[in-house]
Amino acid sequence: MVAIGSTRVAGEARTSSLPRRRRFGVAWLGLTPFAAYVILFLAVPAVIAVASGFFSATGSITFANLAALGDPTIVKAFQGSFLVSIVSALGGAVVGALICFAMLGTRPDGFLRTTIDSASSVLAQFGGVMLAFAFIALIGSQGILSKWILSITGVNINEIGTNGPLLYQVPGLIMPYLYFSIPLMVLTFMPAMEGLKAQWGEAAATLGATRLQFWTKIGMPVLAPAFWGSVLLLFANAFSSYATAAALIDQGGITPLSIKQQLTSETVVGVANVAGVLALGMLVVMVIVMVAYSFLQRRAARWTR
Amino acid sequence: MSAVANETVPLASTSRAGELPAGTANGRPPRRRVQRFGAAPSPVVRTVILVLAGILFVGPILAMLEFTFRIGLTGHYGFVHYLAFLHPDGTVDYSPLFQGIINSLTICVITVAIVLVILLPTMLLVELRYPRMRRILEFVCILPITIPSIVLVVGFVPVYRTVASIFGSQAWTLAFAVGIIVLPYAFRPIATNIAAFDLVTLSEAARSLGASWPRVILRVILPNLRRGIVSAIFLTIAVVLGEYTIASFLSQNTFQTALVLLQHGDPYVATIFAVAALLFAFVLLIVIGRLGTGGRKSRKAS
Amino acid sequence: MAPFDLRLPASGTTDFRRTIMEEHVKRTRTVAGLALATAAIAVLSGCSTSSKAASDSSSSSVDAATATSADAFGGMAGLVKAANAEGKLNVITLPPSWANYGKIIAGFEKKYPKIKINSANPDGSSADEVAAAKSQQGQSTAPDVFDIGTAVLDQNLDLMAKYKVSNWADIPADYKDASGTWYYDYTGLMSVGYDSSVIKTAPTSIKDLLGSAYKGKVAIKGDPTQANEAASAVYLAALGNGGSASNIQPGIDFFSSLKQKGNFLSVLPTQATVNSGETPVVLQWSYNNLAWGPAGGSAGNPNWKTVVLKGSALGSYYNQAINKDAPDPAAARLWEEYIYSPAVQNLYLASGAYPATLAAMEKNKTVDAATLAKVGKAPSNFVQLTSDQATAAATKLTAGWSAAVN
Repeated sequence: MVAIGSTRVAGEARTSSLPRRRRFGVAWLGLTPFAAYVILFLAVPAVIAVASGFFSATGSITFANLAALGDPTIVKAFQGSFLVSIVSALGGAVVGALICFAMLGTRPDGFLRTTIDSASSVLAQFGGVMLAFAFIALIGSQGILSKWILSITGVNINEIGTNGPLLYQVPGLIMPYLYFSIPLMVLTFMPAMEGLKAQWGEAAATLGATRLQFWTKIGMPVLAPAFWGSVLLLFANAFSSYATAAALIDQGGITPLSIKQQLTSETVVGVANVAGVLALGMLVVMVIVMVAYSFLQRRAARWTR
Repeated sequence: MSAVANETVPLASTSRAGELPAGTANGRPPRRRVQRFGAAPSPVVRTVILVLAGILFVGPILAMLEFTFRIGLTGHYGFVHYLAFLHPDGTVDYSPLFQGIINSLTICVITVAIVLVILLPTMLLVELRYPRMRRILEFVCILPITIPSIVLVVGFVPVYRTVASIFGSQAWTLAFAVGIIVLPYAFRPIATNIAAFDLVTLSEAARSLGASWPRVILRVILPNLRRGIVSAIFLTIAVVLGEYTIASFLSQNTFQTALVLLQHGDPYVATIFAVAALLFAFVLLIVIGRLGTGGRKSRKAS
Repeated sequence: MAPFDLRLPASGTTDFRRTIMEEHVKRTRTVAGLALATAAIAVLSGCSTSSKAASDSSSSSVDAATATSADAFGGMAGLVKAANAEGKLNVITLPPSWANYGKIIAGFEKKYPKIKINSANPDGSSADEVAAAKSQQGQSTAPDVFDIGTAVLDQNLDLMAKYKVSNWADIPADYKDASGTWYYDYTGLMSVGYDSSVIKTAPTSIKDLLGSAYKGKVAIKGDPTQANEAASAVYLAALGNGGSASNIQPGIDFFSSLKQKGNFLSVLPTQATVNSGETPVVLQWSYNNLAWGPAGGSAGNPNWKTVVLKGSALGSYYNQAINKDAPDPAAARLWEEYIYSPAVQNLYLASGAYPATLAAMEKNKTVDAATLAKVGKAPSNFVQLTSDQATAAATKLTAGWSAAVN
């Protein structure tokens, strides 16, 4: 009944007795659809985006567009992007870590935790245009909070300084950005917080450490790679955000808005390729940040083993 | 701060050295104390932090809701805006909004199809046949986070000229680009799920018991991946409905671009729809959460 | 729980592996076949030049795509017949409240009920029009006609078809391209719109806007390095501060001082913000300011007044043009005939815009006298930047605008 030809029992080790070339050759084709899709819609646009910066409007190769990176307006836009991203990343990280801390010790299946998890998932995605509407309704010129503060203290928060409403300035972007940074922090940092083994806390308490000592000497050092990794992730997320800023700010001031200006202006024409240079600039920043992030992730993972 | 190794201090207690736990002193079981270990915060601190966070996050949403009930600048409230888009009086054109919603839903369906028909089989194939390609696949799928959509869109504009000549220029063609953006969000839940059970052993076992590959996939693999797949689908829907950048640069009418257009004419109705979209996403994600815990409970029971 | 049937293949264990492999091979072969087919289709279609435009045109003996006047169709009747056969018209970036386009589009559909108008991307800019024409080339959704600003038009003249409307002579010579590639349609005058319940005295000169009554109130329609309308506000400021069409630097400086005084509001004004009072003073085209005022009916701000400052009449004519690869060439040409008919030119006038054929209409008495009286005659000191001046202005704006207002 059972042929003697095979010396292996069915179901045993799958690295097989079959000749490698046969397996290798055929199943590769199963990866083709995905490979084709990713090449056509990820690799090609990415390459075009970055390479377009090196072509002039007439199609010849040039490095002249790189001069745009020295243009004061563009430099200011990069500075604005960095400012908003760093502040919202750090602020979001601290508040998010506090919320994770507050959730320590709650039951993972309990109502509180699942609600906060779901809420964080939604709010981390709640970016863009809808977030802009929410903040306009909150602290815009006619916002409910603005009116309330006006009625209580007589101060119109939208007339402080000479710049007009808070929300429509580049620093004012920090508020909506915090709104999606904090949930993102909760989502990415909570696993690390949970990785703090209960035994460490107990051991420290047994040895007489106060809770402050536990945190400063054990908790924070262990969590540091994960924390800074999350900060980097928050930075990357804020740096690459476009929709919220586009819905709020019309005059430029951060790099994604500059890209839009170069691509769609109807007064300054023929500068579409400068967008490619800006895209290259953004990409360089993002690659640096994400490489640092994956490095820190690996450091953090050491403690969970 | 003397070591108390010799004292009978309950392991989970946070009492200081030398103190006996309160429970043993007056006979009451030290219920609350036992749950706290060295790291967890006190209930007071926890409540304060969570309440403050709650206010911070619910605030803007409540502001949006309050805005939708305002009647112009009069200071009164009413439902007038909710009726406005149901019975338009002709001053504002709501058809771009409804068209945008339809377009976005179409893009949702196609993007989910891309995830299920292209991404999922590839992940299964890699897991079953090419486990060493896992890292590459993960790298490729996480790449759209490193290459943000604002950068990709600069390249999409020329690519879509070609796409338009093949597939036309209706809004659904955006699904190809949005599918890329969605990749990280769809990849993660499925990958986590795959890692949670031993896919290869189970399928080998099924195969050795004589099941054909379609049967293995349908009866063994997919049921175990249900949670991951459902999470991926719902996250895909949430991301597609919230996508603005690509639609805006490629001049297509989707839900988000329609909201921006509508806001110029009627900000109240635009805000109503924004709140509705947010509630929808929230419900979707709660359902994922429930499915997750529900799945785990039923597995324990069987 | 035994979900699998126990079925051993008849030929034994060696064949387990073979069967697995065979099924795997079959599956991947199908997948591979599909992938190759898809790739092949993609490559072939990408290489082919699309001829959809040609196949879409009606089977009449006239090649509508190359007709340069209505005579090619045998007169207006022939043109109408050819357009009706096409059955649709794609227009782009025509907001309903902009220069009465809502009424103009509705009027066209009423006059030619067999032709349906598809209005795409009303919020778009001139650059979006060109982008759509290029990316949808050969598609049935490509725009047929353009209402486009001069700067973008000049960069894309090769996209336009030549056509001369029947009353071509009514358009002044310098308002059109001699061969018919483009022709002016209307212009507004840069004006100051303000909420009279907030600003009690009307401004008489642009320097009034620097006053304390205007603190945090003055807005323009976007970023001048982006939008023609915003750039024109800067040109107006230049004219009112000692500059000229060739030198708009005083305009940039004016907005810089406006910003320093705290009067400049960097909010994009929309009909909603005008109604809610968020943007009490807006510099934009007269026809837009008028449309957002009482003329806008229940959606307009009843206290909104529009004033064109004395001593300056800055305008910018937009251009009509037909897409060379228009999917509906006959309907496109019919649209142009319609636009230049006195009825529609009067509709432009009614919105506050000055149509290109205004002088001829006044001479032929086809202008709507009541509307003209209300809007006022075209100003004699009309200023419009030439292409060279506009290019120079764009350079100045790129260099100086951001620093001025940020």
